[in-house]
Amino acid sequence: MTALIPLVVMLPLIGAAGALIAGKRRQLQVIVTVVALAAVMVVSVFLLIEVDRTGALVMEVGGWAAPIGIVLVVDRLAALMLIVSAAVLLAVLLFSVGQGMADGDGETPVSIYHPTYMVLAAGVFNAFIAGDLFNLYIGFEILLVASYVLLTMGGTGPRIRAGVTYIVVSLVSSLLFLASIAMIYGALGTVNIAQISVRMAEINPSVQLTLHAMLLLAFGIKAAIFPLSFWLPDSYPTAPAPVTAVFAGLLTKVGVYAIIRTETILFPGNALGEVLLVAAFLTMIVGILGAVAQADIKRLLSFTLVSHIGYMIFGIAMGTIAGLSATIFYIVHHIIVQTTLFLTAGLIERQGGSTSINRLGGLLTAAPMIAVLYFIPALNLGGIPPFSGFLGKLALFNAGAAQPSWLIYAVMGAGALTSLLTLYALARVWNMAFWRPADEVENYESRLLDQLTEAPDNTDTEGKNSPKLMVAATAGMVALGVGLTIFAGPLYALSSRAGENLNGPGNYIDLVFPEGVE
Amino acid sequence: MSATLILVILMAIMYASGVYLMLERSMTRVVLGFLLVGNATNILILVMGGRRGLAPIVGDGSSVDEFNDPLPQAFILTAIVITFGVSAFLLALIYRSWRLSQADELQDDPEDLAIAERDAAVEEELRHPDARDTEVDHLDELLAARELGDKGEQE
Repeated sequence: MTALIPLVVMLPLIGAAGALIAGKRRQLQVIVTVVALAAVMVVSVFLLIEVDRTGALVMEVGGWAAPIGIVLVVDRLAALMLIVSAAVLLAVLLFSVGQGMADGDGETPVSIYHPTYMVLAAGVFNAFIAGDLFNLYIGFEILLVASYVLLTMGGTGPRIRAGVTYIVVSLVSSLLFLASIAMIYGALGTVNIAQISVRMAEINPSVQLTLHAMLLLAFGIKAAIFPLSFWLPDSYPTAPAPVTAVFAGLLTKVGVYAIIRTETILFPGNALGEVLLVAAFLTMIVGILGAVAQADIKRLLSFTLVSHIGYMIFGIAMGTIAGLSATIFYIVHHIIVQTTLFLTAGLIERQGGSTSINRLGGLLTAAPMIAVLYFIPALNLGGIPPFSGFLGKLALFNAGAAQPSWLIYAVMGAGALTSLLTLYALARVWNMAFWRPADEVENYESRLLDQLTEAPDNTDTEGKNSPKLMVAATAGMVALGVGLTIFAGPLYALSSRAGENLNGPGNYIDLVFPEGVE
Repeated sequence: MSATLILVILMAIMYASGVYLMLERSMTRVVLGFLLVGNATNILILVMGGRRGLAPIVGDGSSVDEFNDPLPQAFILTAIVITFGVSAFLLALIYRSWRLSQADELQDDPEDLAIAERDAAVEEELRHPDARDTEVDHLDELLAARELGDKGEQE
């Protein structure tokens, strides 16, 4: 079974090559990329079943045993992340294919879009299975470089402007990460994650703290934790709808995943737990206040994305098994629901010709299907029972109440407030864009629309009908989100088992070095 | 662990000047800054590799103790390739930005400008509560004055 592990990186890369060779033959390209991603999905299902049975799979690349060789490690957390990301990537790919068939290649120039998308997938998967800090860096670089290309696709003025911010910020975070790796190598003489964990306990605590803070800073930028989150709402909304959707769903979560590994394996003492709790508090509050002030749906969603990263950081900061299990459940929920909402925003933009709630109206009668596709994930993100958003937050708050302190209660309060304000922001979109009749949009006055910030370079377009494939892909994602609620029991049991695996670095070290470290 | 002092000083200078350049508005300078910081990081990796030594080739008679640690050098090679690719992309981005707006400067974020305008308008209104009718003219004047100022700075 270990032979399956490298496939999750190789298949997307082969797909990328195939898509590049297929060049201008659009149908062939679509088939190659869809087949490659579907194959990854099948592989990750096998991996998850196997890993859940045995605990974990470790592959020594090239037959060189650790720490000489590079190891690829798939434990329950990694397998769960692989399968969810593969599903999301596949759904978004179908959405963009549907968009491309209807609109031509304006938004997604075929010859570049598909190969780059597959490279992005390879980078995401590589980051999840890396058992080696330098390999994790390579995974990050692969997905970042691909994301630069996708974000500036088409090269229009606003995209170049947003792209410059995004790229320069990402470069700084990559260089910080690389410098941290250099210093870890200098201090410990290894980059193998399990071996770092063993040796880290032996060195001076103040050196440990420096390395810890540097890594958290680098990953914090990628995960968009306040105050390192300013770049996200500026850069994501200008990209094409499917690109924004996949970025919002996956890229920040790769950062959160890296933070989980840092906090549980590399630096298990939870030395910066309180700092992370404060960061979680501020991320939630500042993020959601930004969302409440936006008139543009895509920008609003970008701000809610930032604020909900706070929940995951909260779970990690507690450092308990219950907190980590709840975080894992919340990540799975959030990847799917946030991507769905961005896809729906893409549909709204097509149908209504705008993404500003000042100018949208009457969508409920014009497109009842889109209304349903918006309403369900919106309630889910807002944390209405019985949806998975509610269950995830409940699990987090339960874990928090198990180890009471005033700081944890403060973060829980912030979490409840954030949930309420998320619901307010999303319900306002519902009221304005869907419920308000189209003929009332002119000269409409309401306290709800006072003082809202418009997105800068918003150009309205003609509304047009959405192709069936786009709607079907979004509906599939909504169904997946509802599925999370229906199968919340087994899923939560799985994430609890994944959380138990993360209880101290011992498990991970035993996996990589079954015969003990020298 | 022992390190070469000259390399450490060189690294510090490159980091300092690189960060300074990356904070500039001009995109070309940002790229130059990125190259400096990237190469400073490469030197950091090299310094972290420990003392200098012979090329680690087994079988030419030298003992393991004399070898230099080859792993950081492999890291540096990888990092150089990545830096190279990203710089090429950044240059293409600058060229595109130049084609679009004939300027290599980082564009102001339109939303930041909008907020600045709103604040200016509010301030103006607070100062002259009666002159509400002329608010728009004031705003235009303010903006025109600022644009002139910006141009003056550039020249």
